[in-house]
Parts: sequence; C-alpha cells; structure tokens
Amino acid sequence: MHDSSLPHSKLRGLYEMMLLIRQTELRLSRLFADGEVPGFIHLSIGQEAVPAGVGAALDPTDTVASTHRGHGHALAKGMPLDRFFLEIMGREEGICGGRGGSMHVADLSIGMLGANGIVGAGIPIALGSALAHQVRGGREIAVVFFGDGAIAEGVLHESLNMAALWKLPLFIVCENNGWAEFSPTSRQVVARLADLAGAFGIPYTEVDGNDVEAVATAAATIVTRVRGGGPHVLECRTTRVRGHFEGDPQKYRDPIELAGPDDALARARKRLTELGTREDDIAALEAAVEDRIERAVSAARAGTAPDFARAAQDVYAPAGERP
Amino acid sequence: MSEVRFARAIGAALADGMAADESVILLGEDVAAAGGPFGVTKGLLDRFGELRVRDTPISEAAIVGAAVGAALSGLRPVVEIMFMDFMTLAMDALVNQAAKAHFMFGGQRSVPLVVRTPHGGGVNAGPQHSQCLEAWFAHVPGLKVVCPATPADAYGLMRSALADPNPVIVVENKALYGLKGDLPAPPPEVAIGKGRIARPGRDLTIVAYGAAVHIALDAATRLVSDGIEAEIIDLRSIQPWDEALVLESLSRTHRLVIAHEAVEVFGVGAEIAARMADVGFDDLDAPIVRVGAPFMPVPFARGLEAAYRPDGARLVAAARRVLA
Repeated sequence: MHDSSLPHSKLRGLYEMMLLIRQTELRLSRLFADGEVPGFIHLSIGQEAVPAGVGAALDPTDTVASTHRGHGHALAKGMPLDRFFLEIMGREEGICGGRGGSMHVADLSIGMLGANGIVGAGIPIALGSALAHQVRGGREIAVVFFGDGAIAEGVLHESLNMAALWKLPLFIVCENNGWAEFSPTSRQVVARLADLAGAFGIPYTEVDGNDVEAVATAAATIVTRVRGGGPHVLECRTTRVRGHFEGDPQKYRDPIELAGPDDALARARKRLTELGTREDDIAALEAAVEDRIERAVSAARAGTAPDFARAAQDVYAPAGERP
Repeated sequence: MSEVRFARAIGAALADGMAADESVILLGEDVAAAGGPFGVTKGLLDRFGELRVRDTPISEAAIVGAAVGAALSGLRPVVEIMFMDFMTLAMDALVNQAAKAHFMFGGQRSVPLVVRTPHGGGVNAGPQHSQCLEAWFAHVPGLKVVCPATPADAYGLMRSALADPNPVIVVENKALYGLKGDLPAPPPEVAIGKGRIARPGRDLTIVAYGAAVHIALDAATRLVSDGIEAEIIDLRSIQPWDEALVLESLSRTHRLVIAHEAVEVFGVGAEIAARMADVGFDDLDAPIVRVGAPFMPVPFARGLEAAYRPDGARLVAAARRVLA
C-alpha cells in the first residue's frame, strides 16, 4: 500500500522532526497567547511533513530560502532550538539578536538564508544561491519553499525562467495548502503550478504533502537530480490547520481538526505503530521532544533584552568584513 | 597617467576588481555579448567568461533578488540596471532584502552587492529613462549610494564598492559616459563617504554630485567675472555623505548652495540643507538655497528637457541670491 515506504529508523527520524516542529509551534501558540512572543507569528501546523521530508534529503551545505511560515524549514535545516526560541521571544542571544523575530529567522552557518516577510521574495534569493553554487562549481543545491499564494507573484515566473535558462541547481518546493492569506487560492490563481513548470520545461512532481514518506522519497530522488543539474518543482498538497497568522479568527472557513485522519503526524505515528514501534517507545520520543522544547523555552525566558546601541552598529557591516 | 573616458574607467575598475577577486560576477541585461547598452562592460565576457559575465533576461526583480541570494552565498555580484528608472522593479530585493539582511540577521552575514545604474537626462530619453532617484535609496538604512563626477572617481568608487561588504548603488550619470579625464596609474583610492573640493573658493560653497559638479564648475567660472570665488564640493558619496567636509567649507564661506539634477523637493539637497541648518547654524550668513529639477516628470522634447534640467545660469542666480 505504501510504494514509498521507508526503513523504520528513517521514518522514526522524520516523525521526530515533525514532532519537534509541531510541538514547537503549539508551544509558540501558547507563548503568543500569553504575550511572551511579540509581533506576528504564522504557524505551519499541519504542514510539517514538507520541511521534515525535504530537509532529510539535504546536505548541511545546501542552502534554503523560506517564507513567513518558516519555522519548520528553519528547524528541519538544523537551526539550534534554543537560539530559535530566543529569537522569536526577542532576546539578544537569539539567532538574529532579536532584530528579526519569527518572520526573519536565519542561520547562515547552516545555509538557512532566512524566513521572509515578503511573499515570494525567497524565490529569487534561492535562485541566486543556486547561481553561486553553479559559479563556484560545487555540488550544493539551493531549495526554496513558498506557498501557493506566491504563484501569483511575478518573481516566481521570472525565477522559473532563469532557473531553466541557466540550468541552476534549484529545488523549488511549493507548499500548497489551498489558502492565500485569508482567501482560497482558487479565487486568486488560475494557473496550475504543473503547467507553469511545464511552460519552462522544468520537471514537476506532485505529492501528498501530508504523507511524510511520500515527501521524503520524492525529495530524495529530486535532490539527486538537481545536484546533477537543472531545477525541479515539487508541489506538496498539504493542510494549513491554523489561520494565516496566530490570532486570526478564521471567520472565512470551517475549523480544521488538529489531529484528523489526514494529519501528517497522526499518519506517520500510525505507520510507525504498524511497523512495530511500541506505544511506550513513541511516548518516550514525544516526552523527549517536549523536554527539549521546555528547556529551550526556559533558556529563552532567561535571555537578555537586546541592546539598542549594538543593534544600531549592525546597520552596516564594518569595512573589511568578508561575507 | 592616462586620459580615459568615464565609461571606460568603470569598465577598467570592473576588470581589475574581477581579476583581483574571483567571487566578483557581473549580471545584467546585455552586459555580456553586447558589452552593455553604454559599452561599460565591453570586453569583460571575453576576458572572464560566461560563468562570471552573464546576460540576463529582462527580469529586474529576479536579477537583483538573485544577486542578494548569490551575495549571501559567497559571491560578490555586480548588477547593471540599464536605466535607474527600472530600479522600481527591483525595490523589494534592494529595500526589503539587501538593505536589511545584515541587520535583520543579527550581523551574521553581509550582502556584498553592487548595483550599477545610469540616471539623468540630457539625451531626450523621456520620463521613464531619465530619472534621478538616488534620494530614495539614500533614505534606506543599510544601503550605500555613490555618484562619481570624474573618470578617476568612477574608477575609485567602483573599486571601493567592490571591496565593501554592504550593498552599494553606483549611480552613473549617463551624460558623463563620454567625459574624458585623467586616470593616474595606479589609480588613487576613493573611500566611500569622502567628498573632495573640486574647486577652492572663499565666498560661497556649492555642494554637488555627479553631473551637477560640472554645472557647478561652469557656474563658478561665470561668477569669477563678478569677483565671486565659489568653492565647489564634489560629494562623490551620497549615503554616507561627507558632512564634515561640507561643514568645514561652510565655516569658511558662510554661504551654501546645493545643486543636483534630481527633483529638488524631498531630495538629497533637503537632507544636506537640514543638517547644515542644524550643525552649521552659527556659521550661516544667508539662507541655504537648493537648485534641483522642478517637481515634474522629465520631459522628452529638446526644449522642454533643456528647460527642466538645472544649468549654470540657475546656479549663478542661486549664488547671487545667497550673496545678496
């Protein structure tokens, strides 16, 4: 029944990453409600199979450009959990010194080129990162995540053209959750991504984005192809459980059950059980993830307020600083 | 010492910068095979190859966005935007991405990106191929903006831009591309943020940049017959600009005129005037006067465009006004 079934240990690792993303975001939701997280946060609850599955296929030196809904991409690329929470809670010790917050988490040391507050803006950034990989003659690839709402952004069309024209090592991942902010994407976009990719001669794959095995298997195949040459589009059909932003009352749609039958985590958990993982083993995994998160939250609460003068010094990089 | 044209000086700086640092690449519409619409990048494709010198599609937003991604991934991209008017299409990449990355990511990495773009009228290119939009970029924390007036400064500022870890916009007045000037060997360094006194004088200070420096020099020559000696400051850099040099000159002349080809309203001159009215208040013996373009799009027809662009006569009138 699973043509993309994975070894047990691999699936366990993917489940653990999905769990980390899910529990982190649920924790952020509570912290946000309690006023401990300033600003806006956009949660990817329901979409965890995509960053977990794609992230597992990447090398540490590959680069990733993300979106405003980018917590999962950052964690799956390997951003340290404590510095992630420190940033989102606005602390000096945060990964970005408390300058960026949720919409701008970035860790250049692991090729995470940043979440992005502008819809579609990560696409040309990843394109350029792929160009850098090509110019330097390395084996690295660049990955861009974007939502279906970004299909209406002009830079996607420009970037698909340039990626195909220059045969850049660019892995283009659309997280299609059917919603563009507060509207169904069907009311905003007539183009199908498959047709767009085809128009530029770019290979296209569609997967059930709530099936982490399917995402991981497709991503592994695509990464191998992209590493050898040109771009590839992967469209993942997935589910945005929460609103556009945390606090969005979502009057425009019916509520989605968190752990319904199509839930990526519920499905992976069921599959793990079918493969013989004991309930107490899964419970231990879940407890360990919870513990990691609570320790990170405690560390973030103990973090210091960012220093204004230090922030002001970073508007420009000092002369002589090498990128 | 050799005499070169402004466009060739920029090309030489790009060539020398590319030879010195293999992470420098060129991107832009027709910069490779055609050598650039104004010939600035002629010969660079043959010398450095198509991996490093690339013709791009007509996709300004993606070109500059890609340059940001390439800069974050270890390259030093130089992008040519064919006319400054087309910078409007790349605003997200410049303003939201390039300008903010170093700050927003907590200083993790800088964006060593150079965008070259010609501004200015004088060639009857009309409302969408003539604008001087440098004030927009000078208003954005994280961007640097330079605008040379001579071939030597065009060379020096381009080399400094290539060495700078931050995004630098090099604004080239298209009327200057054919200008000849000395380029000493080796060419002197020109630090970003440092202006120069293009002509010493005792009676008033005229601050200008780019092509307006030559208009100011023309006005200074005309003023000599009235016994007026104008000091001309060539700003060279707009963001950051050399406040200390302007203030020092003002402390000697006590009168200030600021000239640029850009629209006067809300322009670079407004910032300089406001600053000098603050830190230079005690030195001022007259109101600060700006000379810029009127608040209208750049017109096409010869007579209209000529009437639109600031010229020596308007600067002379401004100088007489502050000396009255």
